[in-house]
Amino acid sequence: MTTTALRRQVEIVSPTRQRVMGIVFLVFGFAIWLIFARQTGADQVTTFALTPGGSEVVLPDWRVPSAAALYALAMVSVVLGGVQLARGFGRWTNLVLGLVAGIFIFGFLVWAAADKSLNLGGLMNTTLVKAVPLTLGAMSGVLCERAGVVNIAIEGMMLSGAMMGALVGSVTGSLWLGLLAAVAAGALLALVHAVLSITYMTDQIVSGTVINIFATGMTSYISSKFLQVYQNLNNPGIFQPWPVPGLSRIPLIGPILFNHNLFVYATFFFLILLHVALFYTRWGLRLRSVGEHPKAADTLGINVFRTRYMAVILGGMMAGFGGGYFTLGSVGRFDEVMTAGRGFISLAAMIFGNWTPFGSFGAGLLFGFADSMASKLAILQVKIPSEFMLMAPYIATMIVLAGVVGRAQMPAADGLPYEKE
Amino acid sequence: MADEQPEKQEKKNAGKILLEELTRGPSAEGPWWRRAGQAMLIPVLAVVSGLILGALIIIFTSEEVYVAWAQSPLLGIGAAIQVVASAYGALFAGSIGDPVRIITALQSGDELAIRRAFNPFLESLVASTPYIFAGLSVALGFKAGLFNIGAEGQLFVGAIFAAFVGYSITGLPAIIHIPLALLAGALGGALWGFIPGWLKAKTGGHEVINTIMMNYVAFRLSDWLLSGPMKRPDSFNPVSPTIQESAMLPRFFEYPIRFHLGFFIALAVAYMVYWLLFRTTWGFTLRTVGANPSAARYAGMNSVASIMVAMSLSGALAGLAGTNEVLGLNHNLAMAFSSGYGFDSIALALLGKSHPLGVVLASLLFGTLRNGATRMQVVAGIPIDIISVLQALILAFIAAPAIIRTIYRLRVPVEAEEGVFIRGWGG
Amino acid sequence: MAPVLELRSITKRFPGVLANDHIDLSLQEGEIHALLGENGAGKTTLMNILYGLYQPDEGEIFVRGKRIEVHSPSDAIAAGIGMVHQHFMLIPVFTVTENVMLGEEATRVAGILDRAAAAARIREISEQFHLAVEPEAYIKDLPVGVQQRVEIIKLLYRQADILVLDEPTAVLTPQEADELFKIMRSLVERGKSIIFITHKLREVMDVADRITVLRRGKVVGSTTPREATREKLAEMMVGRAVNLEVAKHPPKLGEPVLEVKDLVVLDERNQIAVDGVSFEVHAGEILGIAGVQGNGQTELVKAVTGLRPVMEGSIRLLEEDITRATPRRITELGSAHVPEDRQQDGLVLSFTVADNLVLCTYYQPPYARGVVLQGQAILQTARELIQEFDIRTPSPLTSAGSLSGGNQQKVIVAREFSRPIRLLVAAQPTRGLDVGSIEYIHQRILEKRDSGCAVLLVSSELDEILELSDRIAVMYRGKIVAVIPGEKASKEWLGLLMAGVPLEQAG
Repeated sequence: MTTTALRRQVEIVSPTRQRVMGIVFLVFGFAIWLIFARQTGADQVTTFALTPGGSEVVLPDWRVPSAAALYALAMVSVVLGGVQLARGFGRWTNLVLGLVAGIFIFGFLVWAAADKSLNLGGLMNTTLVKAVPLTLGAMSGVLCERAGVVNIAIEGMMLSGAMMGALVGSVTGSLWLGLLAAVAAGALLALVHAVLSITYMTDQIVSGTVINIFATGMTSYISSKFLQVYQNLNNPGIFQPWPVPGLSRIPLIGPILFNHNLFVYATFFFLILLHVALFYTRWGLRLRSVGEHPKAADTLGINVFRTRYMAVILGGMMAGFGGGYFTLGSVGRFDEVMTAGRGFISLAAMIFGNWTPFGSFGAGLLFGFADSMASKLAILQVKIPSEFMLMAPYIATMIVLAGVVGRAQMPAADGLPYEKE
Repeated sequence: MADEQPEKQEKKNAGKILLEELTRGPSAEGPWWRRAGQAMLIPVLAVVSGLILGALIIIFTSEEVYVAWAQSPLLGIGAAIQVVASAYGALFAGSIGDPVRIITALQSGDELAIRRAFNPFLESLVASTPYIFAGLSVALGFKAGLFNIGAEGQLFVGAIFAAFVGYSITGLPAIIHIPLALLAGALGGALWGFIPGWLKAKTGGHEVINTIMMNYVAFRLSDWLLSGPMKRPDSFNPVSPTIQESAMLPRFFEYPIRFHLGFFIALAVAYMVYWLLFRTTWGFTLRTVGANPSAARYAGMNSVASIMVAMSLSGALAGLAGTNEVLGLNHNLAMAFSSGYGFDSIALALLGKSHPLGVVLASLLFGTLRNGATRMQVVAGIPIDIISVLQALILAFIAAPAIIRTIYRLRVPVEAEEGVFIRGWGG
Repeated sequence: MAPVLELRSITKRFPGVLANDHIDLSLQEGEIHALLGENGAGKTTLMNILYGLYQPDEGEIFVRGKRIEVHSPSDAIAAGIGMVHQHFMLIPVFTVTENVMLGEEATRVAGILDRAAAAARIREISEQFHLAVEPEAYIKDLPVGVQQRVEIIKLLYRQADILVLDEPTAVLTPQEADELFKIMRSLVERGKSIIFITHKLREVMDVADRITVLRRGKVVGSTTPREATREKLAEMMVGRAVNLEVAKHPPKLGEPVLEVKDLVVLDERNQIAVDGVSFEVHAGEILGIAGVQGNGQTELVKAVTGLRPVMEGSIRLLEEDITRATPRRITELGSAHVPEDRQQDGLVLSFTVADNLVLCTYYQPPYARGVVLQGQAILQTARELIQEFDIRTPSPLTSAGSLSGGNQQKVIVAREFSRPIRLLVAAQPTRGLDVGSIEYIHQRILEKRDSGCAVLLVSSELDEILELSDRIAVMYRGKIVAVIPGEKASKEWLGLLMAGVPLEQAG
């Protein structure tokens, strides 16, 4: 029960946080200056290629004087830090934080590719591609958790989707049937999750762990018993890229966004669909009400159990679809444990994205970027171990969870089983 | 808690303490053996059900069964029985030992043959050892109200620390080097547990997410260390140097038996965890914070410290699991050397009802299964991964005892099960 | 005329309890029918059956003479039954509109929400019934009184004509309650019928047309305010003549034990909850803090017991500054605390009774030697306390969660009162208890006072405050607006003060 009106309001932005943020901005600024700018020769030039490989439309390269650009970036950061310390940006703080982070990343790129050429278009392209399974997985999480069921089994659902997609796709010779099987596999595991956590009120983390162990064991079992023995059971082929007529010819944006296979377009479609469905429809209102206050929903005649079942199974289908990406959209073959923890990064992306579809997509892009940069680092011969780049998403998620960037707004009844008296 | 057991003054044996511990609760009445039966009923039935379902999976994924079934259903059933018998037979022989072989070896008097014959059993104990540590890690977390899903990462970091101390320090006697390496391993794990513990206590960031994240940071860290700073100079593979002989845990028998001191260390640690949790004021604080944090605060307990200590201890235990593998078995650290102990340990803690003695029993079971599965793979052609499937099934039945009760038509006992409840991600 | 609603022979058993025992109840059109009973008499169970949240073991429900089956709230809603629950069923992060339309949404094509249409309906209803709300506001930003209006609008939006209000005044000041009663009157005038659940006699006398009294799951009688007196109703509720007065000696005042000065405390959302409060509690007296829930009493208690940080000001206990002291230090100085929410703060429900009895002292001798717990000593103490405080438990090793509410409270009282204490902080010590337990706990508190202990009593039950307190401080919006001697205070006067009427006008 709220009592707000009875209470005197006090300033919410705490002075500590303002100071911390200011220092963070300064640190970013000085890092650009001390680490990047000072190591860069005055006459060095960074070349950004803007045309992803295999694109028909060619844009001229973008050449940036490295040192000058870095000093400018450092300056901007430091000034923002100073302003933050002096009087603070108030509610714009997070936006400024994003800006400073962007400046830092750009500075990093300028420095890493000084006197070399970095294909920015290609980088964006791979970032998007790598974000696809993460975003699909995160949307699976959004569906479940908005209805109040924690889903740490995204990994297992994806893995099963990948395996079933490869198996059925190979057996039937149809990619579409393979995809259907991937979705069905996700749905089936989700059903188990739902039965355990909704009907039997098992702890949802435990239930998710059950599914993860089961999926890892079962897919590896089938893989070593059949897929590795009979190669033709593990050769489904992949969905080929399909350039969108017209749109794919737009310079820069075209090849990045509109020259992909089914999975990328499907991700866009699901993003918009889920956003609209969650926040603008009766279905979404009811789903969210069940995740926020199931008892209230129940007293209004909403069937909590059915709603949660539906959400979890849809979430499973989404994860299964995301799993299908690995075999049917990318590799064309199932390997044991091939999702390699991407289900867990999806979970992180969902939290990072504040339990919203587009937030998750943003986080997915960020994590995808870290991933693509890691592989670029070796090519650019940067002396930063790529492993540290790969750690970044995890550390970033922990920082977000710690509330440095404001409190995450999770559904109030997330993780709590609903017991009808 | 045994500390409040009625005024029975006689010395209790370990088994009885275990049973009393496991059967505590509002329904803790009647003779101890009946309570013991009640407490063990669900776990035992869960294991049995898991094995039965596992058999079905084996049957339905065996080509020979389908081939035989096509000829006649009777042949099909025969083939099914045969497949399961050969698989579980191999599982038994590989984990406990082949009775025929043991007798033959004893008769022959050949020492190597005897060692070989008894090896499966001892090897099961070897396989159980890291499970005990990791299971204790999760169980201690549960008791303190924390869901440590990051045993895997803590285990890795513990192994890294132990391996480093093991190979880099030379010229120490074993009596110093071994404890030092063990301590280093525990410290590494504790560090990896402390960070999410600190985040939980200070910011409320949920430990489930943070420990998962810490897992992946640990993996990347070990990737980097093993391909760079800690890489064996003369090797192309990402493997650390072999540890000094003075840091290796002593083995009790000669080749091929690998049974080593680690098992007894694990038992000792299990007792220490029990003592800490149930016999000391620290344990009382830990359990109170775990069961009801706000009541703990009300009672003047420092829940912030308790959470950090519990996560560190939990991490230290997981770190010891990795240390045990490095110092006792592998003698070096390779990439991805842990085979999913982190998640299995959750199953162990739940199967053992978060009690140290229960965890030891559950670990022996899992170690035995895991060890026997190796032979099952070789002899019966059943991939070792079936064990994970079995573990998942057992865990599911343990976590949802209502399923077991429905299947076996058990009466619902009036018990307040000490569940583990997460309270949403934010804390 | 057939009654709008008729319950016949409703019976509901819970394990070990007969919650409703063949209850008959009929509601006439356009009346306010009060369902009166103690906590645990079965009022809420009965209404949850009517609303489809529980299924009855026996009995039938008739609406306008037609038998209906109520398997879920949807069935109840379809039959025109609506309920305002004791704990509001509102989603804080949703707007008023979203909360009201949930389950019966206004939509356009393809299930797209039509928020504007729903908001318009809400405005219409709010004008018609004088229930002012802002449809676009978020629930979390609304005061309790307005949230209650939203709950009522929810029912009207569904065109319910049988309204069930479950203890609706628990969170309101007497004046806000009067406002609610006006709304109820106007609803009845417009053809609605109301079942009004309460355990407060005054309210029943003020607003009800008819009264049905429940005791231990049974209907013990039906009457009207005109025929009944308060004493008679109280007797019906409890089953025996109730002495509403407690025998009390005049206080023997000692030196000040607790001194609070200019105290400022924030609540969980960093808003000022206690706003410059100063008072003293002397040895041998009971200082009662009266006020409507949520006016800073909770935070005040938490600050005094060390559970919330103090922003400004100081607290002294027995001459020692405890402004920044830890809860443990305060306890060791001789302070005892009966917390407001006993299941949340006072007990570890999964622990044994014995463990709960040493929850604050487990680390001291004789319960611990060094860090090693002494099981025998703990058990011994537990046995003694169980006997002394008459805790009804099968054994000291029974888990606290399986005891009844009254016995749980006795465990806390036993633990806190058995220590040598100089200050007792009791927050809502009898909330939700039956009359027997209430009397028992009141007696114990008075004993503590007579033995020279300083008592700070916080309660939202005015009767309790008036009965026990030697001095009464009224809290309103985080401030103490008046301190008056206990014998001079009247209920009406306190009510005005609690509602924020300045002392000069109220007096």
